[in-house]
Amino acid sequence: MQNYARVVTCCLLSALLLACSAGESNVAQGNRDGILHFGNGSEPQGLDPHVVTGVPESKIIDALFEGLTRKNPWTLEPEPGAAASWEFSEDRRVITFHMQPEGRWSNGDPVTAHDFVWSWRRALDPAMGNLYAYMLYPVKNAEAYATGKIDDPELLGVRALDDMTLEVTLNAPTPYFLQLMDHYSSFAVHRETVERFGKATDRFTRWTRVGNIVSNGPFQLKDWELNRRIVVERNPHYWDNDTVRLNGIVFYPTENAVSEERMFRVNQLHYTGDVPLNKIPAYRSLPNTPFVEAPYLGTYFYLLNTERPPLDDVRVRKALSLAVDREAITRNVLYGSNNPAYAITPPGTLGYQPPQLFSYDPAEARRLLAEAGYPDGDGWPGLELIYNTSESHRKIAVALQQMWKDVLNIKVTLSNQEWKVYLDSVSEMNFQVARRGWIGDYVDPNNFLDLYITEGGNNNTGIADPVYDDLILQRAPRAATQEERFALFHEAETRLMEQMPIIPIYTYASKHLVHPSVKGLPANLMDFINVKYIYLEDVPLTEFELE
Amino acid sequence: MTAANLTSVAQAEQGTSLWKDAWRRLRKNRLALFGLAVLTAFILIALLTPWLAPYAYDAQNLDLGASPPSAEHWLGTDIFGRDLLTQIMYGGRISLAVGFVATAVALVIGVTWGAVAGYVGGRVDAVMMRLVDILYALPFMIFIVLLMVVFGRNLLLLFLAIGAVEWLTMARIMRGQVQSLRQQEFVEAAVSLGLSPATIVRRHLVPNALGPIIVYTTLTIPSVMLLEAFLSFLGLGVQPPATSWGLLISYGAETMEEYPWLLIFPGAALTLTLFALNFLGDGLRDALDVRGSGD
Amino acid sequence: MWRFVVGRLLQAIPVILAVITVTFFLVRIAPGGPFDSEKAVIPEVKAALEAQYRLDLPLGQQYLAYLGDLAQGELGPSFKYPGRSVNELIAAGLPATAELGAYALLVAVVLGGLAGVVASLKPNSAQDYIPMSVAMIGICMPTFLLGPLLVLLFGIHLEWLPVAGWGDIPGDKILPSLTLGAAYAAYIARLSRAGMLEVMSQDYIRTARAKGLPEWQVVTRHALRGGLIPVVAFLGPAFAGLLAGSFVVETIFQIPGLGRFYVQAAFNRDYTMILGTTVFLSTLIVLFNLLSDILAAWLNPRLRAQYGEA
Repeated sequence: MQNYARVVTCCLLSALLLACSAGESNVAQGNRDGILHFGNGSEPQGLDPHVVTGVPESKIIDALFEGLTRKNPWTLEPEPGAAASWEFSEDRRVITFHMQPEGRWSNGDPVTAHDFVWSWRRALDPAMGNLYAYMLYPVKNAEAYATGKIDDPELLGVRALDDMTLEVTLNAPTPYFLQLMDHYSSFAVHRETVERFGKATDRFTRWTRVGNIVSNGPFQLKDWELNRRIVVERNPHYWDNDTVRLNGIVFYPTENAVSEERMFRVNQLHYTGDVPLNKIPAYRSLPNTPFVEAPYLGTYFYLLNTERPPLDDVRVRKALSLAVDREAITRNVLYGSNNPAYAITPPGTLGYQPPQLFSYDPAEARRLLAEAGYPDGDGWPGLELIYNTSESHRKIAVALQQMWKDVLNIKVTLSNQEWKVYLDSVSEMNFQVARRGWIGDYVDPNNFLDLYITEGGNNNTGIADPVYDDLILQRAPRAATQEERFALFHEAETRLMEQMPIIPIYTYASKHLVHPSVKGLPANLMDFINVKYIYLEDVPLTEFELE
Repeated sequence: MTAANLTSVAQAEQGTSLWKDAWRRLRKNRLALFGLAVLTAFILIALLTPWLAPYAYDAQNLDLGASPPSAEHWLGTDIFGRDLLTQIMYGGRISLAVGFVATAVALVIGVTWGAVAGYVGGRVDAVMMRLVDILYALPFMIFIVLLMVVFGRNLLLLFLAIGAVEWLTMARIMRGQVQSLRQQEFVEAAVSLGLSPATIVRRHLVPNALGPIIVYTTLTIPSVMLLEAFLSFLGLGVQPPATSWGLLISYGAETMEEYPWLLIFPGAALTLTLFALNFLGDGLRDALDVRGSGD
Repeated sequence: MWRFVVGRLLQAIPVILAVITVTFFLVRIAPGGPFDSEKAVIPEVKAALEAQYRLDLPLGQQYLAYLGDLAQGELGPSFKYPGRSVNELIAAGLPATAELGAYALLVAVVLGGLAGVVASLKPNSAQDYIPMSVAMIGICMPTFLLGPLLVLLFGIHLEWLPVAGWGDIPGDKILPSLTLGAAYAAYIARLSRAGMLEVMSQDYIRTARAKGLPEWQVVTRHALRGGLIPVVAFLGPAFAGLLAGSFVVETIFQIPGLGRFYVQAAFNRDYTMILGTTVFLSTLIVLFNLLSDILAAWLNPRLRAQYGEA
């Protein structure tokens, strides 16, 4: 018997040793061949720009496709994409795009204005079931068409004047419209390819598969192994191929941030989609640190259900908010990589500064709570806070629970819910306090402030203020100048925070590990990557020795 | 009781009752006694935790954060600056309760089910075991999520849900045991003596199949504790600030490079319990091993 | 024997049908639907989506339609991955999971069985305590802890093996197989030790010894067969557990397997995917349970005789 044991042990050991013949790391190989190894968070739902939603999808689609414009990653200003230039009409309601003269699909076909007209009709077709259809709503009649109120696509405010000229008519002047042109819901798809594999609005086709898909971006799809990797390679037909420096990108569905960090540490990845919270201090203290952080256009907050007692009393809502020591949370729980938030809009969106009406004020919080009828927590009916299952949500909720207990002497119970249960609770307003985050689709305060219009689809707090609605829906869009518009937004947001239907906690930050060899990938407010500008420098490989 | 003893062919050689005899033998087994002592101590600590714990279990000190063991905090603190010893003591209450109660549920259902199926055989056996197959094949995650959603979240339900899952393997093992025992002479003798099937199952089959069942039980308790951790981790079990060993370990595992003590101490508590259970289980198995007793 | 096998296979049909039915209605009761997302969904869009997936039909009709598709081997389109069929997703995830499960089971049976038998030969000696203590640590070491520990040791500090991947870098299959197999190895060690001890005290072993057979022959010829019955009974459910429970290992090591799809499907309310994987897995589980019953019967001469006569 013991002999068997010896034999088996020997076999296992030799297998182990055989396996240990160290190969070249992905990063070393990639730096030599110009291939970026990219941790992309999760397996994309698909690659059809009019079907998918989500960040990992957008990273791949941005490499494969191109909208009329493409943001410059340093300034976030629109640069020419499928359109070489554009001009606005006098009243800023009509935009004329001139297509890129050398614009080509990856099969060599020219990219024309007709492609965009056809694609936008597809994106807005109710049968398509496009969750991001609303991104095109500033276009004339788009909302009516997408919700089935009109049937005739000819009525949409998008026309091809000729092959190379696209005319877009808007409902009203929309300062952020050009930004929407590099969101994937406004991208063009190749009509002939889509129709070869099914109806235009069919979600179940194979047109996005390797070998089938035709795209107009800097890269084309080379390989797609489910839950394993997606490989894209240089698209030789791309109009600006000379600018593109990478030869390819490998996207990994790195769901687990902890594993992703380990892959990065042994040079299996150039870039991670996320960084585990507790690894931040160690990475930050490295010389020449690969840790990159930047403010991100999003706010982390709690929803308060203003229709249920005790939260129907604004004093209770304010007491809860004033009792939260946001500085302590960002410093100790989040390791200092986020800024405390005191309003819904992230600071500095195009120069807009949200109001700050309050700060951490335990005495005032206690006073407000007493005034509402719960002096020192006496008679407090209890409160339940829900959050969707996640390590960082839990940490924040646990810290908050204790702050409320310490400052207000009230009991708050925590309840984490599985994602879909949580979504259901929030949309049915079946909660008292619920964790929530909102990431902007485009850089403009409107994207945050229109959440809280009365009966808005994403309001979820029951807050209703006609004056606020008027400011956001009627007066701000008609403002003559950006200053005037921002002043109206400021007034609206002040009203909102006086009602305190939400408790802002912090402003999001994007956090990545980026290998020192990766260049041309600046941190920015949108966490936006323009793959055109990325290149790899053949720096000597470093070992990341943590502590 | 005495009548059954007299008619039991297998136990005829024993003068004293099975349980008394077993206890006598268990007392000689030092490791088993050690296990029993540790378990008793842990259970006592768990019961007395509200009076023994050095700190309040939810008292935070965010500015202190995670600190290694010190004079004030013997086992260190977690990232919220909460005392780890206190956390482990409170966590033990939940873990031990879940472990024992859920396992007991599984044991009762599984042993009865398996014994009946194995003894009766034929169609009844087929139907009963197919039911086990169905439950095995059900998507466990959905089942638990539904239970929690439909009936709300409470600890008792967690026990039941875990027990309801864990009894399946128990039933299969028990059935296998009973099937092979049923063919043995002493059972055939009991049948020919005209004992009722219930008596035969209770008096002869269950005691003789106890060995593997006890071993499996000592395996089930820790796996139940870990299952609880997994469920809590998915947000389906205990809610913070309440905690359990399994949860502490799963949090500790995430920060094992930065704050190893957060993993080591809860892990040690669970491992110690497991060893204790195991020694006790082995001791019990040997003590109850009626056929080995003649040696 | 053949009648037994065929009979059990026939019995499997209502089992699987029951599983389908229960699962079908359970997932529909669960709160939250496949199209719920963080941002409110426009009602018209939601209606269009539901129509594409037949969700606008009455539930009973949906159920019948599903059974109809199933009879033709069609598991339907996935909700989470539009443009992929469930058949395709399962086919994509199965190879890695099956391979991982097979290696893990191999690790479990070889290491666990060996440790258990070795321990049982000299009970209450060092030869017993050492392998059994290791086994116990194996049991209380959850995969979400063992995996990262192995990775830190072999992947990051020693740099012997890759930290993640499956079939990408030589040697990347070793750590996941060990991680998944360890807990089962520990169980098998315990069960085989107990089974062996049970058998070693039986009369026929005494007879064998009395005949003057050397101890190793007593063990290999006589004791092993009976002693491993509990292990065999454990293997059926263990394999099922390996398939469904490989989720954690697949996530830690970024393995493109079925476990990840299955658990994600449950969280995403991907109805067709949940049903498809459940149907697929339950068929496998039923088959493996049958296989382990047949093996147990074959190992147990009395049962074998019984089924032979039947």
